[in-house]
Amino acid sequence: MIYQTSPLAIGLFFIFVAFVLGLSFYLARRTSSAEGYYAAGGNIHWFTNGIAFAGDYLSAASFLGICGMIATAGYDGWMYAIGYLAGWMVALFLVAEPMKRLGKYTFTDALDSKFNSKGIQLSAAISTLVVSVFYLIPQMVGAGVLVKPLLGMPHWVGVCIVGVVVTLIVATAGMASTTYVQFFKGALLLIVSTIVVIAVLSRGLTTEPTGWGENGGHKFQSLTAAVAADGSLQAGALSAAAGWQQDSFGQDGFVRMSDGKHESIWQFTENADGSFALEETLFVTTAPDGSKLYNGSEKAEGKFFPVGHIKEIQIDGQSVAQTGGVGPFAFLSAVKDSTIVLWGKKYIMDGDTKYQVFYQKPTPGARILRPGLKFKVDNATGTQKFNFISLMLALFCGTAALPHILIRYYTVPSQAAARKSTIVAIAAIGFFYVLTLFLGLGAMTNGVINLTDNNMSAPLLALSFGVILFAVISSLAFATVLGTVSGLIVAASGAVAHDLMDNFLGLKMTDAGKVKAGKVSAVVIGCIAIYLGIVFEGMNVSFLVGWAFAVAASANLPAILMLLFWKRTTAQGVTASILVGLTSALGLILISPDMWVRYGLLPGDAPIQINSPAAISIPLSVIALVVVSLMTKRTEIAEEGEAAQA
Amino acid sequence: MGHGPAVKLGKDNAAAYKGKIGISMFVVYTLVYFGFVVINATNPSLMQEVVLGQTFAVIYGFGLLAFALILAVVYNALCNAAEERLNK
Repeated sequence: MIYQTSPLAIGLFFIFVAFVLGLSFYLARRTSSAEGYYAAGGNIHWFTNGIAFAGDYLSAASFLGICGMIATAGYDGWMYAIGYLAGWMVALFLVAEPMKRLGKYTFTDALDSKFNSKGIQLSAAISTLVVSVFYLIPQMVGAGVLVKPLLGMPHWVGVCIVGVVVTLIVATAGMASTTYVQFFKGALLLIVSTIVVIAVLSRGLTTEPTGWGENGGHKFQSLTAAVAADGSLQAGALSAAAGWQQDSFGQDGFVRMSDGKHESIWQFTENADGSFALEETLFVTTAPDGSKLYNGSEKAEGKFFPVGHIKEIQIDGQSVAQTGGVGPFAFLSAVKDSTIVLWGKKYIMDGDTKYQVFYQKPTPGARILRPGLKFKVDNATGTQKFNFISLMLALFCGTAALPHILIRYYTVPSQAAARKSTIVAIAAIGFFYVLTLFLGLGAMTNGVINLTDNNMSAPLLALSFGVILFAVISSLAFATVLGTVSGLIVAASGAVAHDLMDNFLGLKMTDAGKVKAGKVSAVVIGCIAIYLGIVFEGMNVSFLVGWAFAVAASANLPAILMLLFWKRTTAQGVTASILVGLTSALGLILISPDMWVRYGLLPGDAPIQINSPAAISIPLSVIALVVVSLMTKRTEIAEEGEAAQA
Repeated sequence: MGHGPAVKLGKDNAAAYKGKIGISMFVVYTLVYFGFVVINATNPSLMQEVVLGQTFAVIYGFGLLAFALILAVVYNALCNAAEERLNK
């Protein structure tokens, strides 16, 4: 699928980059102290911090991934949004104020505030680094993926641009510049997404969407074919030789037809009169040498059409061709009562040539607006149900344990400000997730989806409204990566410079030395992030975000909550909890069926059949904390934070 | 060492009260959230039932988002009042 590079998108992106860099250099003058570098001086306004929370949290995975998933799998994609938002309630009710009260620069500070334990300092820093790197890799790879179609540059250029810009942002003014980058990005994301949703609702639903580009609005054909006397299948100029039902395509319900020049693949069903109904498919052919054809043609020919249309719209029991402009609830109601064409995918081998066939699946709207198209919940086995519940648990518990989210509590002046900024975040993120439902369903029904990459659904939906909106939302998507990566690098550099160098190793540094250590760490981590972003090119690494949530929920959250709410928690208990949570979550992921597929093995041969470890690793982490705490003696130190409370 | 807060925090006499209502509200939201998860896992077809012109899944999903915001605002109001009352 070909997207035209938009000079406007390039221009807007570079204006945003120039703006945030200018801001960073300006703020750099105010961040000569460690407080300034790691915690923005602790004087960010709660509203600014709340929107910056949203900027931190609404990464490319949220913005592009959830919209893409809703566009292809309906409500199941939105389940992620519901789980992510629910996680903020843990942050608000249990974590926000104590985190502000106990910590200084990093979440390790809060855990270690009562103990001064080397074990906690080391284990929490390792956990922070592991979670940050898991989160960083998909963001960096995403930057490269975005830059190719949007800015017309190769993958490595995108990774380098993001890496260099972010490193400059962080190394100049640390948390202060990162906060303002997040604030502007978060606010812009909310405003632009609202505009696109208003455009979607104003357009309403139609059975003949125009999509985008020259090949937008392709009408997928339905043919009737008959079997000739020689056993061949004939449909007008198209034919398939005798034996078509016995080959690898026929056994999967498809037939490969030819008009003498071009090959096409059709899904067939037999009619009562012996004829066959044929439905057009899309397909990608991968030759043994790795070269690919899209619908039998080169990619540049644009024959691999964007998809997503409604087969039948029902309004008040009447079939209509279009609804015209509608309100948000009327839109959802019309989708519920309509029949929408979703797309299934099958892999078929023909000798050494691999075919990836995308076929139409007309689906009732009510079925799309309830769970079950992606997650196996209907007639599910116990293991499948466990996987689903465990994933929803990881989403619920992960947010309040992500290091780059937790450090944002140190940028505000008081516990009340920490609380209020969390509420602003909940309002902003909740509103954005409402928008994602409409963006996803809009993409699903407006003929804009690229089946080979559903992550592009939201920008391509914008493209259906014109190149200006596309340029704005594309540059914003890129800015989204910038913002999230800068937050992660601050968190990771804090773990290295403050937790490991200053506290764990006990290097006596001056205040200026701590800032310098933070900046050098940020540059080193930035270089590592660029390297990883280039090395992982082409790999689908979105699962790493899921890992980050599962690991953070298992390693960090039990330690935070037990420290706050169980008086017998000891330093050794906290260390054990982090290490057990970290290793059990990672270990379970490494032997999961999903990983078995990535090792090139059969998923059924994996030692365990669960893909989401949280429901096992979180309890293990809690048990480790309780058992070790009961076996050891609590020794507290007097702390500045405590002293201030007393 | 220096683990204490980045800025000096005043004495907060309302901390215990805020902690208590925070836990209560957390329990309430957790029950509603896991109710949603359990229905999806055990009786997903119930989510396709139409309520108020929408599927139950859409109503419950919007309800969870709205309930989160309502609880957050109520929690903040209670905390503000407690801080006003106890931190004079």
